[in-house]
Amino acid sequence: MTVLSTVDRPASDATIARGPVRRLSSWLHRHRGARLAGLLSAPLLWLLVAYLGSLAVLFVSALWTVDGFTGGLVREPTIANFRTILTEEVYRTVTLRSLGIAAAVTVVDVFIALPMAFFMAKVASPRSRRLLVIAILTPLWASYLVKVYAWRVMLANDGPVDWLFGGSGNGPGYGLPAIVLVLSYLWLPYMILPIYAGLERLPDSLLEASADLGGRGGRTFRSVVLPMIVPSVIAGSIFTFSLSLGDYITVQIVGGKTQLIGNLVYANIGAANNLPFSAALATIPVLIMVGYLVAVRRSGALEEL
Amino acid sequence: MRTTRVFTALAAAGLLALAGCGDGGGTTTGGSGPGGIKPPKIDKLASLGAGEGQVNIVAWAGYVENGSTDPKVDWVTGFEKETGCKVNVKVAGTSDEMVTLMKTGDYDLVSASGDASLRLIYGGQVAPVNTDLVPNYKDVFDGLKLKQWNSADGVSYGIPHGRGANLLMYRTDKVTPAPTSWSAVFDANSPYKGMVTAYDSPIYIADAALYLMKHQPELGIKNPYALDDKQFAAAVDLLKKQNELIGEYWSDYTKEVQAFKSGNSVVGTSWQVIVNLAKADGAPVAAVLPEEGATGWSDTWMISAKAKHPNCGYRWMNHIIDPQANAAVAEWFGEAPANKLSCDKTADKNHCATFHAADEAYFEKVWFWSTPVAQCLDGRTDVTCKDYAAWTQAWTTIKG
Repeated sequence: MTVLSTVDRPASDATIARGPVRRLSSWLHRHRGARLAGLLSAPLLWLLVAYLGSLAVLFVSALWTVDGFTGGLVREPTIANFRTILTEEVYRTVTLRSLGIAAAVTVVDVFIALPMAFFMAKVASPRSRRLLVIAILTPLWASYLVKVYAWRVMLANDGPVDWLFGGSGNGPGYGLPAIVLVLSYLWLPYMILPIYAGLERLPDSLLEASADLGGRGGRTFRSVVLPMIVPSVIAGSIFTFSLSLGDYITVQIVGGKTQLIGNLVYANIGAANNLPFSAALATIPVLIMVGYLVAVRRSGALEEL
Repeated sequence: MRTTRVFTALAAAGLLALAGCGDGGGTTTGGSGPGGIKPPKIDKLASLGAGEGQVNIVAWAGYVENGSTDPKVDWVTGFEKETGCKVNVKVAGTSDEMVTLMKTGDYDLVSASGDASLRLIYGGQVAPVNTDLVPNYKDVFDGLKLKQWNSADGVSYGIPHGRGANLLMYRTDKVTPAPTSWSAVFDANSPYKGMVTAYDSPIYIADAALYLMKHQPELGIKNPYALDDKQFAAAVDLLKKQNELIGEYWSDYTKEVQAFKSGNSVVGTSWQVIVNLAKADGAPVAAVLPEEGATGWSDTWMISAKAKHPNCGYRWMNHIIDPQANAAVAEWFGEAPANKLSCDKTADKNHCATFHAADEAYFEKVWFWSTPVAQCLDGRTDVTCKDYAAWTQAWTTIKG
């Protein structure tokens, strides 16, 4: 049977060649451009419509306003929303506060992630290395809300954190420090993994060469390791920075009375039903992130993502 | 270079397309208020048909209880068995959230307070209610029927649910002597700095206005929802000072319960249902109606103009003001029931007396939530009042 069918193949090929599927297939074979278009048009459409399209809608709707009473959209372009954001001091304060928190979270995460990633990549045995990677990834399986509410309980008056600081009311309580703490906890894996990947690619021979030339641990770290993993650190910081910049749930749960850009956006959609103003506010983090990405483009961090 | 041009062209095309769509929406109404504009014409349900098998409800916490919070608190299971309508509930924390949820068109019913109901009526989100299809409506207190917040042009837009006041809740072990005035949360020298809590919604500005109404009579505030520029500035100023005292703002009731239980908050505005939940959780709390009076709510069950399950919706509206169910929800949430006959069905026979169910004079001291609009609600015509959009923007500024 097998032999027969092999022999038959040219004949059956000829039969199919007359079918429309086969014709299309051979046409595509001859037209490389059409083939590529067919392959990529679906994902490209997704990118254009879902990502860039929604951004465009965001910018356009930021120019609208809302009828104060019925909440209906008034579709007449005006820059009133942006004028409010630029002239009212509270929006400047909130933007700076959000930037500060995003930066603080990033710095905290870098300091925790560097030694952790170094240990994983260079010290741990291959077996425990795998276990460590799993250990770092497991918290990502748990629900974000569960983790943040757990922190709310831990940070409560007389909670475990207060106890660590030696008594009721001594801990940070709810507020800015709590936000930095919880966000650093949440986004740590996103910082460890790129640094770990970067360090894994760093040849051990470089560390040995540095040691041979008399470099101690600190010197080796400063002159050999750090320059080579800066792109990885920046790649990690893109995650921690952007995730912190947009967060609002953690802020609501452990932030006390603090509000960040995300909360303002949420309040204007959920509470005030002022979609256009939210859109205008949401352009702030977009602009900050675009600026950040342009700034780090030269470092080669984007290849590390 | 070429890709940049392509993107520019695409972006421009997108903008043009959007601009073209711009005129289509048509819900634009020149920003007036009640009296100035008419609600969109929507027909009410003419007759009751068979149930659709389920109903989707937006409600305040504690309004739709099926025994999962407390096995003894259940007025949903019986309804589901009796009518075959499965009840799906979405709990909302603020009136604004309710308006937004109703705009999605995914929900059939909403328990709207006065600061949401008019926006829903004039925004065309809810339909008039055919009260003939709700047999229990005849037993509702007359003081709740066809009011400014649940009707328009003499047409009923909902079924009254109940009413009550926002209370001052405090930890009995931490706050001594027991507070009797809202100054416990507004006085700049409060000993509870950092442990005061406030409701996280622009409508809370009315609480400050109510306080000023009694403590700074020279401002001439007659209605805490009708504030001219000067009165509004004074209220906002008071709240900015209060911000120094605040530990956190709440709109999620579970968060409030937990904060009082742990002692992160010891005094602040609250609802009776939160007091009940906190007590059930073992927190030593109590609540008072302060001497200045209070803001409050008078809630209305409204049916969406786009309801997919209107027959189940009507059945729910009838069920929730059934004497038995209305008594149960009124006791659980801590409010005055809407149905006169409910007063005989409450477990605590004094419930209606405690919550002044039939006491119209009492409710004249409670300022029910309503939507602030440019035409002053207190009848002044020589000034314009701050509308809700201004309240919202001010709320952001207050929180800083």
